Amino acid sequence: MKVLAILEHNAGRLHRMSWECLAAVQQLASEAEAALVGSSIAELAREAAAKQAARVWAVEHPLLENYTADGYTAALEQLLRKTTPDLVLLPHTYQTRDFAPKLATRFGRALISDAIAAGPESGSVTFVRQFFQGKLSGDVRAAGPGPHFASLQAGAWRTDALAAGSATIERFAPQLDAAQIRQTPEAPFREAERAVDLTAAELIVSVGRGIGEKDRIPVVEDLAKALGAELAASRPICDAGWLPMERQVGSSGQTVSPKLYLAVGISGAIQHLVGMKGSKTIVAINKDANAPIFEVADYGIVGDLFEVVPALAAEIRKVKS
Amino acid sequence: MKILVAIKQVPVRDSPLRVNAAGNWIAEDDLSFEINEPDAYALEEALQLKEKHSGEVIAICAGPARAQQTIREALAKGADRAIHIETGNLAAFDTLGIAKLLAAEAGSESPDLILTGLQSDDLGYGQTGVVLAELMGLPHSTIIMQVEVKGSAIRVKRELEDGWFQHISMPLPAVLTIQSGINKLRYATLMGIKKAKTKEIRRVSAAAPAEPTVRIEKIYAPQKAKQAQIFSGDPKTAAAALVEKLKFEARVL
Ligand SMILES: Cc1cc2nc3c(=O)[nH]c(=O)nc-3n(C[C@H](O)[C@H](O)[C@H](O)COP(=O)(O)OP(=O)(O)OC[C@H]3O[C@@H](n4cnc5c(N)ncnc54)[C@H](O)[C@@H]3O)c2cc1C
Repeated sequence: MKVLAILEHNAGRLHRMSWECLAAVQQLASEAEAALVGSSIAELAREAAAKQAARVWAVEHPLLENYTADGYTAALEQLLRKTTPDLVLLPHTYQTRDFAPKLATRFGRALISDAIAAGPESGSVTFVRQFFQGKLSGDVRAAGPGPHFASLQAGAWRTDALAAGSATIERFAPQLDAAQIRQTPEAPFREAERAVDLTAAELIVSVGRGIGEKDRIPVVEDLAKALGAELAASRPICDAGWLPMERQVGSSGQTVSPKLYLAVGISGAIQHLVGMKGSKTIVAINKDANAPIFEVADYGIVGDLFEVVPALAAEIRKVKS
Repeated sequence: MKILVAIKQVPVRDSPLRVNAAGNWIAEDDLSFEINEPDAYALEEALQLKEKHSGEVIAICAGPARAQQTIREALAKGADRAIHIETGNLAAFDTLGIAKLLAAEAGSESPDLILTGLQSDDLGYGQTGVVLAELMGLPHSTIIMQVEVKGSAIRVKRELEDGWFQHISMPLPAVLTIQSGINKLRYATLMGIKKAKTKEIRRVSAAAPAEPTVRIEKIYAPQKAKQAQIFSGDPKTAAAALVEKLKFEARVL
């Protein structure tokens, strides 16, 4: 099977997930290829070509300097028509979310997005992905002739298996016209500087939507105080303004890896997990025994947080005094 | 401006989920349903844009007969009318198939703007809006946190990873996929609920599904990466057992 990885890069560096994607391609392909899109990407192409693959395509055009969905789709469509891979893999990033469904549509295909594993059957294009925000898994199969398209979840493929090599670099110059590109992007920016640096915290107590209402946040705050921990939250809590944005953990918030991460009333959606999976010890308190957070937890209590959290705060105070 | 909002009905959050007899989806018989969360934010954004710039908000939904309740709720919140593409067999369509159903109806409305949620809470493919844009030949942007209308164009704030954002401009008509939390959701008023009963829902039956290019073969409980030690008993006993482990096994206290 000929498999092509589309590698993402920002600010002159290959995205961490691009390497995971290349590792998946090496695992699945009999003929592995990679492609990079941009305006002056020779150096990045050389970096990618130091891994085992038949070919690295440097898709270059001045109009590809900044990412746009229209530009990337037009350029990659031309590349895929030329190289005719059976399967195209992409890292499931925000950028991939923005253009990959459009690219797949050009080939009359639906993208298998956010895949967590390949298989189980070999000889067909089948991937495992999550449904219901991680509460269920499913095998999804692509039918009919290629190219098929799949994007891969952060952390699902390991990069330690990535084999070194020396791939041939080929330049590909797509035909593009400025009028085709309808989006005009401005420079990326950050909102205000972060006043709270959760990345330095050794102990974190994090609260999710299980808390139900703003007025009950002090229940969890008290546990944080007993532990001497920083208070963090899942996104809905910050979206609602119950805690400030700078306390959000996850793909659109901070990535933390404390000694202890105690998740209270958090279901464990992947966008939250990517921000805290690296914690040394993970504790979950949730009333749903099947909540995905228990899949990454070391310890857990299944129960109503309004009963468990005060009891836990009391026990902690007891051993600390 | 004429704004079309694509909404989907999904099981109520925190529903207990069971796999169906065929093993390829969930058993839906005893579940309750509600609007997909990001779609609720898309609807709210459309209503706020209408309040600012005047015009019309049309909800469009592909789904079985039960989806009518969710459509009514959208009308009660302030959508002016709705299109219900009825199919008893949503699962026979892949994302491309669903987007084709929506595109066929959306096209004849010639909206200025199409909004939808960035992904659904059940399937979570996160593609419908983008595919719809491609099928209709419209520009799009995704994961949107702010929308400014500037004459015949829009400038949007797109969320990037790790707390970064970016502004992007594009001409109208366009398609945007909206991120949860972009605005504050309103509740339907009693007046709104009453009015909704008189608002038009145009029902069309869905075209027959084409052979899907992607199909769910099997659904099952996820495999656990780690086996968590779960402490049970009354809260005090469980808490004491946990603290013991945190102190002597994990050594974090
Ligand atoms: C592009 C994108 C980016 C995102 N970025 C982030 C991000 O950075 N961070 C983030 O967190 N999310 C992010 N999300 C959202 C994410 O997908 C989830 O929606 C979110 O993490 C859910 O938050 P939650 O677990 O608090 O809420 P829910 O999923 O609603 O879970 C609440 C949990 O509380 C439990 N519960 C309820 N009541 C009780 C009780 N009394 N006692 C004990 N347990 C109880 C329930 O069983 C449930 O498991 C992002 C989503 C997208 C699409």
